[in-house]
Amino acid sequence: MVGKVSAEELAKKQRDIGVGEFFAKNRHLLGFDNKRKSLMTTIKEAVDNSLDACEEARILPEIIVEVIDMGNDRFKIIIEDNGPGIVKAQIPKIFAKLLYGSKFHSMKQSRGQQGIGISASVMYGQLTTGRPAKITSTIGEGKDAHYYELKINTQKNAPEIIKDDIVDWAKEHGTKIEIDIEASYHKGLQSIDEYLKQTAISNPHATIIYTNPKAEQIIFPRAANSLPAEPKEIKPHPYGVELGILMRMMKYSQEKTLQQFLTTEFSRVGAGTAKQICENSALLPKTKPTKMSRDMAEKLMEGIKKTKLINPPTDCISPIGADLLEKGLRKEINAEFYASVSRAPVVYRGNPFAIEAAVAYGGEQKGDDAIRLVRFANRVPLLFQQGACAVTKSVVTTGWRSYGMNQSSGNMPIGPCTIVVHIASVWVPFTSESKEAIAHYPEIIKEIKLALQEIGRKLASYVRKRKNISDEAKKRSYIEKYIPHVAIGLKEILKLKDSEESNIVHMLEEILEQKRGKLEEIKVVNEDYDEEFAKIGKEDPEDKGDDDE
Amino acid sequence: MSKQNKNIIKEIEDVSNDIYKKIIKKIPPEISMPLRSLSNVKYEAKAGFFELIGKMKSRTLTANTVKTFAQTLRMMALSKQLVETKDIATKREAYYVSKNWAEARFKEQPESDTVMDDIEAMMRVNREQMGFLPEEKGGDIAGKLTVIDYDSETGKEIKIDCTKFGSGAYSIPSSVEQLKFETNADFVLAIETAGMFQRLVKHKFWKKANGILISLGGVPTRATRRFIRKLSDEKKIPVYVFTDGDPYGWLNIYRTLKVGSGNAAHINEYFCVPKAKFFGITAQDITKYDLPSHPLKEVDLKRIKDGIKNDPFVNHHKEWQKCLLDLAKMKIRAEQQALAAHGLNFVISDYLPEKLNNPKSWLP
Repeated sequence: MVGKVSAEELAKKQRDIGVGEFFAKNRHLLGFDNKRKSLMTTIKEAVDNSLDACEEARILPEIIVEVIDMGNDRFKIIIEDNGPGIVKAQIPKIFAKLLYGSKFHSMKQSRGQQGIGISASVMYGQLTTGRPAKITSTIGEGKDAHYYELKINTQKNAPEIIKDDIVDWAKEHGTKIEIDIEASYHKGLQSIDEYLKQTAISNPHATIIYTNPKAEQIIFPRAANSLPAEPKEIKPHPYGVELGILMRMMKYSQEKTLQQFLTTEFSRVGAGTAKQICENSALLPKTKPTKMSRDMAEKLMEGIKKTKLINPPTDCISPIGADLLEKGLRKEINAEFYASVSRAPVVYRGNPFAIEAAVAYGGEQKGDDAIRLVRFANRVPLLFQQGACAVTKSVVTTGWRSYGMNQSSGNMPIGPCTIVVHIASVWVPFTSESKEAIAHYPEIIKEIKLALQEIGRKLASYVRKRKNISDEAKKRSYIEKYIPHVAIGLKEILKLKDSEESNIVHMLEEILEQKRGKLEEIKVVNEDYDEEFAKIGKEDPEDKGDDDE
Repeated sequence: MSKQNKNIIKEIEDVSNDIYKKIIKKIPPEISMPLRSLSNVKYEAKAGFFELIGKMKSRTLTANTVKTFAQTLRMMALSKQLVETKDIATKREAYYVSKNWAEARFKEQPESDTVMDDIEAMMRVNREQMGFLPEEKGGDIAGKLTVIDYDSETGKEIKIDCTKFGSGAYSIPSSVEQLKFETNADFVLAIETAGMFQRLVKHKFWKKANGILISLGGVPTRATRRFIRKLSDEKKIPVYVFTDGDPYGWLNIYRTLKVGSGNAAHINEYFCVPKAKFFGITAQDITKYDLPSHPLKEVDLKRIKDGIKNDPFVNHHKEWQKCLLDLAKMKIRAEQQALAAHGLNFVISDYLPEKLNNPKSWLP
């Protein structure tokens, strides 16, 4: 028999796929689709971690980003923060093990979620340049600064320590990471420059010092001297839990009874509510959680659905704030009108979230193009996959025509306008691991639309006023244009003298203009505007991206 | 200068003087004119045409009206100059003259036509008297009629015998006021389409029936309407109208010819033919002659509805209401040429002779 392969032989090839191997082959899932995006993703993951760490330790962040062009599409990326530092034993796992982190299990607003980001960058560097990542970290004065050179064993998904040293580092506390990667550098709307600028807008409490591959240093100084309120960690809310997670939670629970399990592991469940859930699930409150079968867990899910529960607490959300969001926008855009809103937190599937939105209208912005949409999730700018995002869906399904903009149905509105939307949540539902677009949850879309409508209404009254002013200006120019022709007509018919003709013009001007008061001017008054800031990311118009989206 | 021309110049000067006096007294000037629409006419059966009922439209000089105001005055100045120099300008030429008026120029001809119509209504004269001529030419004539015109150089009479154009026809000039007529014809037949006119001329229907044939070519021009009016008044001949069997032929063509239109209500008095009668094709004809038909279009139904609701002429004549409603029920329309279904010359041998002999089949 030729060509037939036995099951035994096939079995030899069948084996576990390491999580590292999987992501090494599927790096686009993590945001490493191409060279340009890889640069962005690497920096983004490191900056996200630095900001999270600083905020958790209640330190005003100061982050230094340096990108050095080493030729041949190789770049050295150095990111240094003044965060709390990382204890020695954790350094290898945090930087060289995928799916390792503190944030996945916590119900708390943070930038990172899955514990993949930075280790994926280390892996990408290793794959494309063969070089290890270099980490330096110190946790406080008098403590040693530890220096590691790390690689990832992709089969085992475990750190491989190349070098472990103690070094001199004149830093009170903080962490520095150096990764060599294959990448390419462009400017424009999806550039690293733009990303850092938007990060500065959404993180007014952070200072970012950035040196780009052209060795130009850009400093984004902090605009607010206080940290955002610390987001509180909350327990999961029963409405948001999924069957598998519920089963896992019960399996590892220390509690002796189902009732105790419910009250301690979930928020908004007291003894009475727990009893009611048990009743609705037809389960005994005394059941041992570790002994619950799959069917019982399913009954419990049904019971939870039937029970009326208070929404989870919303103090776990830390929004940017309408004022600071608007201030950031003013720095970036010279517009005639600004408005912003920060909505009270609400809940989707047991997860609290809050929507903020701001708008800048008119001024130097072009009027015949689609509006510019700027998206943030937990203060992180989203620069890719705009089309797939719930924010975009919300914008195109909002009726902007009643707010004075042009829009064909199902499309982005047209007008001289920038709209910013920020979603803050303990768990932002992204459509993929690369965290570029927000999933289309109806509760989220509804809330974004409410925020857009709120700024839309403010915008509409301004647009109307502006239209009235420009109509009035048009009428005045009309008067100036046509009065002389009334005089010419009368002069020709009645054979008037030149002096009589000019008298007609004079009298008509008085008749027509005396009724119209002083004309209000449309002006751009914006003291926060920062020309240098606005320019960042916008240079090189011909240098358009060739490899994105 | 003729008395009529002097009157027009005086009228233009008076209107302008009023405006001028108000301006130098710092009072916002205004001009007023009859409203030009069907809502401002009534049908006087005795007089036989749409008469104005006196609704006025007045335009005070404001920021919104200053442009039209300026254009109206400049157009009046042009008219005065034309009358004084005994010159003429077609509507299109007047539009081009405005191109020298800098910002006050008209963008499209309909704008200048509207201003011209407004002045015409304001002065209560027709635009030909103000020196403005329409671009379109009048209808064609063949048959038992001699038109007396004058040589523009010598002023000598020219006699034009409309039986001597062979397979061609005499063209009605755009200004007809100076014409005189000689005829012994029994009737004038006004025909909607050039095609039907051609057939009747070819077979010399005018000779057999002793009549005058006029091709309207759609809605008749003012010159054609005036020509038919003069002819019917001066020579006391009946006028019969022959159109397609549809609301356009009945209302837009026949009604305009007989009683005038809403838009030109201020001059209807001279441009209508109250004595005209409608020959066909009527709704009854479509059934009686079993004519091939087409379904009514949306626009036809709208015309029927509008006619019954808003047209004072239809309101006055039960026969026309019935005819329109019958057609709406039948949901069809028929063209003049549909008569050819019974033979190319059925119209000459049967249809028209039957109509001539049977006044009961006409409509008022």
